[in-house]
Amino acid sequence: MEFAIQAEELRKRYGDTEAVAGVSLAVPTGTIMGVLGPNGAGKTTTVRMLATLLSPDSGRATVCGYDVVGQAREVRRKIGLTGQYAAVDERLTGRENLHLIGVLHRLGKRGAKARATELLERFDLVEAADRLSRTYSGGMRRRLDLAASLLADPTVLFLDEPTTGLDPVSRRDLWTMIRAEVDRGLTVLLTTQYLEEADQLADRIAVIDKGLVIAEGTPEELKRKVGQERLDVTVADAADGAVMASALARATTSVPTVSDDGRTVSLTLVGGVLGISTALSALNDARVDVVDLAVRRPTLDDVFISLTGPQRDAEQERALERSTA
Amino acid sequence: MNEVLTDWRALIWRHLLHLKRMPDKLISATVLPMVFVVLFGVLFGSAISIPNGGYQEFIMAGIFTQVMITAVPNTAIGTIEDLNNGLTDRFRSLPMSPSAVLVGRTVGDTALRAVTCVAMTAVGYAIGWRLHGGVLEAIAGFGLLLLFGFTMAWVGALLGMRVRSPEAASSLPSVLLMPLMFTSSAYIPLGGLPGWLRAIAEWNPLSAVAGACRQLWGNPAAAGDSFAARNPVPMALLWLAVILALVVPAAVRRYRSVVPA
Repeated sequence: MEFAIQAEELRKRYGDTEAVAGVSLAVPTGTIMGVLGPNGAGKTTTVRMLATLLSPDSGRATVCGYDVVGQAREVRRKIGLTGQYAAVDERLTGRENLHLIGVLHRLGKRGAKARATELLERFDLVEAADRLSRTYSGGMRRRLDLAASLLADPTVLFLDEPTTGLDPVSRRDLWTMIRAEVDRGLTVLLTTQYLEEADQLADRIAVIDKGLVIAEGTPEELKRKVGQERLDVTVADAADGAVMASALARATTSVPTVSDDGRTVSLTLVGGVLGISTALSALNDARVDVVDLAVRRPTLDDVFISLTGPQRDAEQERALERSTA
Repeated sequence: MNEVLTDWRALIWRHLLHLKRMPDKLISATVLPMVFVVLFGVLFGSAISIPNGGYQEFIMAGIFTQVMITAVPNTAIGTIEDLNNGLTDRFRSLPMSPSAVLVGRTVGDTALRAVTCVAMTAVGYAIGWRLHGGVLEAIAGFGLLLLFGFTMAWVGALLGMRVRSPEAASSLPSVLLMPLMFTSSAYIPLGGLPGWLRAIAEWNPLSAVAGACRQLWGNPAAAGDSFAARNPVPMALLWLAVILALVVPAAVRRYRSVVPA
C-alpha cells in the first residue's frame, strides 16, 4: 500500500505541556483519515507539523514522499490546507481571493483566472463571485476556503475541523463536496471533534487524546469497541432506578449504569430492535413507571470513556502499588 | 527572483485593493493628521516662537515624522488580523516567498502614508507653511519620510507577530515611541535642553528624520553643532538602513514560525 502521509513519533512541546507526545500516522493514498479528539488533544498541532507550518521537536514525517522539514517547499506544492477558521480575505471578492492564491501557486495570471472560475462553479459560488467575501454566510466562506485550498489541485488536503460553526445543511453540503474530491483521488487528513463527521467521511479514524493516538481503526471497528447504540430509560421515581437496573441486567448481556439522580439507567443496546423489545418486556415485568425511553448513538464522550477508561484504571493501579509498596 | 517579484506584486495588489475598499481607513489616515497640522501650526504656532523662523515652518516636519510613527499600531493590528483569521497559515502553506506577505502589507501601509502626506501638505500650505527648496529636494524629503514610514511599518509587523494581541499592539507603540518622540527635535528646537539631554536628542533617529526634511524643504533647523545635527540627511539614511537591516530579517524569520495566539 502506498501512503500519502506518514508520520513517525512526532513530538511538539509548548512550554510545560507536550501538545503532541509521539504521534504516528500512516494515511493510504486516496483515502480519508479522520483524526478525532477533544479540544487540546493535539489535533491542530499535528496538522500544523504535517502542513509545514510548525517544526516538530522530534520525530519525522513525509507527505507525498517529501520530508516536511527538509523539503517543505516540495510539500507545499502538493498540499492544500483548510484551517479552523475560514481563511478568506474579507476585503476581497470571492474571485479575487482565489485569483490571489492561484498567482501565489505560480499558475500565472491567465491560469489563476481560469482555475478560479472553474472552482467558483464547482463550489456553487458563481453568483457571489464578485461580491466582497465579507458579505458571505458561514457556509459560503467555508466553501470559498475549501476552493482556495484545492486551487492548485493538491495531492493531499488537510482539513482542520472544517465544519465547526456550520449549520447542519452547510455541514452536509461540505461533506458531499469533500467526498467528491476524494473520488478524484485526493488524500484527506481531517480533524474533527464530532464522531458523526468522522463516521460519515473517514475510511479510518485515529482517536487522539493528550497528544497520543489512543486507538486507530475503521469507524466500524471503533464503534464496535464502544457499543453500537445505547438505551437510556428514565423512571418517575428514583427508588425504581435500582429495581430497573437489576431487571435490565438480568434480561440483557450488558451492564447498566445508573445516573446520579437515580432516575435514568443507561445500557449498551445489543441486537437493535429486538434488544429494545427485550429491555421493554423486562421493564414491564418489573412494573416500573417508565417516563422516557431513548436510543442514543455513541457520542465522542462514549468513545472517550471507553477508550480512556482502562488506561486510567491502570494509572490508578500503579498509584495504588506505589502507595502500598 | 522572478517568482519572488511575482509574489510581491500579488500581495501588494491585495493591499492596494484593501485601501480602495476601506474608505473609513482612508478618512482616519487623513483627517487626524490634518487636525494635527492645524493644531500645532495655528494654535502652538501663535504661542511658541523659535529663533530662526516661525514655529509653523519648523513644526511641519515634526508632525510628518510623528504621523509616520502612527503607522506602527496600524500595521501591527493588520498583521495580527491575518494571523488570527487563518490567512497567515494559508499563505505559509503555499510554495511562495516568505517575505511577500510582509512586503505587501508594509508597502500597502506606506502607500496609505503617501495619501496622508498629500492631505497634510495641502492643509500645511493653507495655514502658511512653504517648501522653500527646489522640486527635487522637496521630493527627496517626502521620499525620505515615506522610507521612514516603510521602516516603521516593518517595525509594526514584527511587533504584531511578537505580541499577537490587538490590545497590546495598539498601546505598546505609544509607550515605546512617545519617549523617543519627545526626546527628539520633532516638536522643539533643542537649544534650551540641558547638555546631556541635548546630546541624546541630537543623535535620536527621529531628530535625524525631522532634521533631514527641514534641510531638504528649506525650513528652519533645530540648531546644534554635533555631527548628527549638522548632517541630518546622511544620519537619517544611516539610521533607517540600520533599523531595516535589523527588523526586516527578524520579521521574516518570525513570520516563518509564528503561531496564532
